Amino acid sequence: MSIFIDRDTKLVVQGITGRDGSFHTKQMIEYGTCVVAGVTPGKGGQRFEDSVPIFNTVAEAVSEGGANASVIYVPARFAADAVYEAADAGVELIVCITEGIPVQDMSRLMPYLAERRVRLIGANCPGAISPGRAKVGIIPGQICREGRIGVVSRSGTLTYEIIHQLSAAGLGQTTCVGIGGDPIIGTNFIDCLAAFEADDETEAIVLIGEIGGTDEQQAAEYTAQHVTKPVVGFIAGQTAPPGRRMGHAGAIISGSSGTAAEKMAALERAGIGVMKRPADVVPLLEERL
Amino acid sequence: MNLHEYQARARLKAAGIPVPDGDVASTPEAVEQIAQRIGGGVVVKAQVHVGGRGKAGGIKLAADPHEARMNAEKILGMEIKGLTVQKVLVVPAAEIASESYVGVIMDRTSQRPVFMVSPAGGVDIEEVAATTPEKIFKATVDPRFGILPHQAMDLAFHLYDDIAQVRQAATIMRQLYRAFVDAGASLAEINPLITTPDGRVLALDAKLAIDDNELGRRPDVAELRDLSVEEPSEVKARNASLSYIKLDGNVACCVNGAGLAMATMDLVKYYGGEPANFLDIGGSSSPDKVVAALEIITADPNVKSILFNIFGGITRCDDVANGIVTATGQITIDLPIVIRLTGTNEEIAVEILKRAGFEALTDMDAAVKEAVRLAGEAA
Repeated sequence: MSIFIDRDTKLVVQGITGRDGSFHTKQMIEYGTCVVAGVTPGKGGQRFEDSVPIFNTVAEAVSEGGANASVIYVPARFAADAVYEAADAGVELIVCITEGIPVQDMSRLMPYLAERRVRLIGANCPGAISPGRAKVGIIPGQICREGRIGVVSRSGTLTYEIIHQLSAAGLGQTTCVGIGGDPIIGTNFIDCLAAFEADDETEAIVLIGEIGGTDEQQAAEYTAQHVTKPVVGFIAGQTAPPGRRMGHAGAIISGSSGTAAEKMAALERAGIGVMKRPADVVPLLEERL
Repeated sequence: MNLHEYQARARLKAAGIPVPDGDVASTPEAVEQIAQRIGGGVVVKAQVHVGGRGKAGGIKLAADPHEARMNAEKILGMEIKGLTVQKVLVVPAAEIASESYVGVIMDRTSQRPVFMVSPAGGVDIEEVAATTPEKIFKATVDPRFGILPHQAMDLAFHLYDDIAQVRQAATIMRQLYRAFVDAGASLAEINPLITTPDGRVLALDAKLAIDDNELGRRPDVAELRDLSVEEPSEVKARNASLSYIKLDGNVACCVNGAGLAMATMDLVKYYGGEPANFLDIGGSSSPDKVVAALEIITADPNVKSILFNIFGGITRCDDVANGIVTATGQITIDLPIVIRLTGTNEEIAVEILKRAGFEALTDMDAAVKEAVRLAGEAA
């Protein structure tokens, strides 16, 4: 098994004809993802790369194209509405890659999604990949390999670095999920931990956090109480100064809260193997498997 | 982005919140004129983006316009926590009967705006929360409806006994919420919210922190950015679409992706060095961006070695390699450069760099160690 996405994922790409959307759609198809539709208002009736049908609305992509999941590459100013549209169209999963959605928009969006029981991954995230099955988003397929490790992360390239080290050591992955670097996100660490715990194939979990907020602390508490599989974790930003936004909108130490030190201590208390550097991931996992 | 107090109070005033008279000035002469117009005692307040201005001597009471001018001479140009004071706000010295705190923040855990009030105002609210949490009262707001009148009244009853003041404070909270939404803020704060001896409720200080993601659709807020208080290198980086934060170390880091950039800085420290900066060159890695990055990095006199750490996923390693070759052709760099590239088109990148006389590593730890060693040698 895998979590959130697999061979049954029938994907609609919102913003399929844009620069990022078209590039990554090709990559996703090449990887073997079942892309059933694209949406660009005004281009309904056309085909992407002579194959994928394009619709004007997500509703049509669902009713006529048979989509059950959506990935969003539209520019930031249209992204929140794209999420509402996907939710109203009745998809089960929305992956929003777009960076730059205002936090107030996300705050209004979240209860709307909760009422419709739609899972959102992101925004401002690299998406998810279940190696050998499906890729939704931008995680490079060639660094992943099939296996038994679940990966969940707030970051992009740092995740690739760690996946790369895992794959090089023969530790393949069930699913890798990039949950995004914004202060308010859909799917969080705990959702992924619960899904990996419930997934028969996943044998161990890698959690990659960073400074800002308290999601890692809550994930640690959850792990101590509910996760029986081994978990190892990394926190980026040990050298980050307080009060500064480190690239990601959510990566900021406010006052004395959200530091790497407090997060690492919380992981430690929960029995999670704490990496001091990315290269520790393989030895720490091997100790626990 | 943080607003200055004078900018925040203007937005609060526009939302209908009663704020005292006052004006901003950048010269002692102008301060004297404002004090003259206001009449009576005034307070001269440094306009810098840090807390603890009072303790640092940045807020001074003056009995008359002459004293206000003298105070302004002391405050203008002084440094508070590394920031030079360039403007002061002049307001009438208020007669204060009580001081409270009222604030609204975007709370990450509940994913909603949360109102916080406290009758213990006029001091650092984090300290109140730490020492006397029972003096803080909260209400979670449904962002689709805003703060409801009854929520505002409930909070206001924790601040005042007098029903007229309770109603004034509740109105101010609803106005503050509107200002918070209209500015695209992640935090809006009045500290202190005062009562005067004659029973009025007034906002004596104002703070607004803006979500940077809002600036594109709110030009009226974006234009309030004060470039003079920012590190010039950070302004330059922002204009080049780079995410850069200057630090005090000597190993410059040039990385694609924020998480990897932080992890690279951490690894520099792990191997005994100190990072000179945070720098995310982003996903697309045009030579122009690499040139801008190298210009910014090399302008910092503390830098003793330069470390590139690129994980090619969407970013192609050969693009970055070309960028480095172009950049080093355009500007002279006397510092040692350590390059680590791995992922998409790694082999082509290594070849490009080799031809230009650079060595490329593929292991992150080895590259960081080498950059730290070279910086140590040069220091």
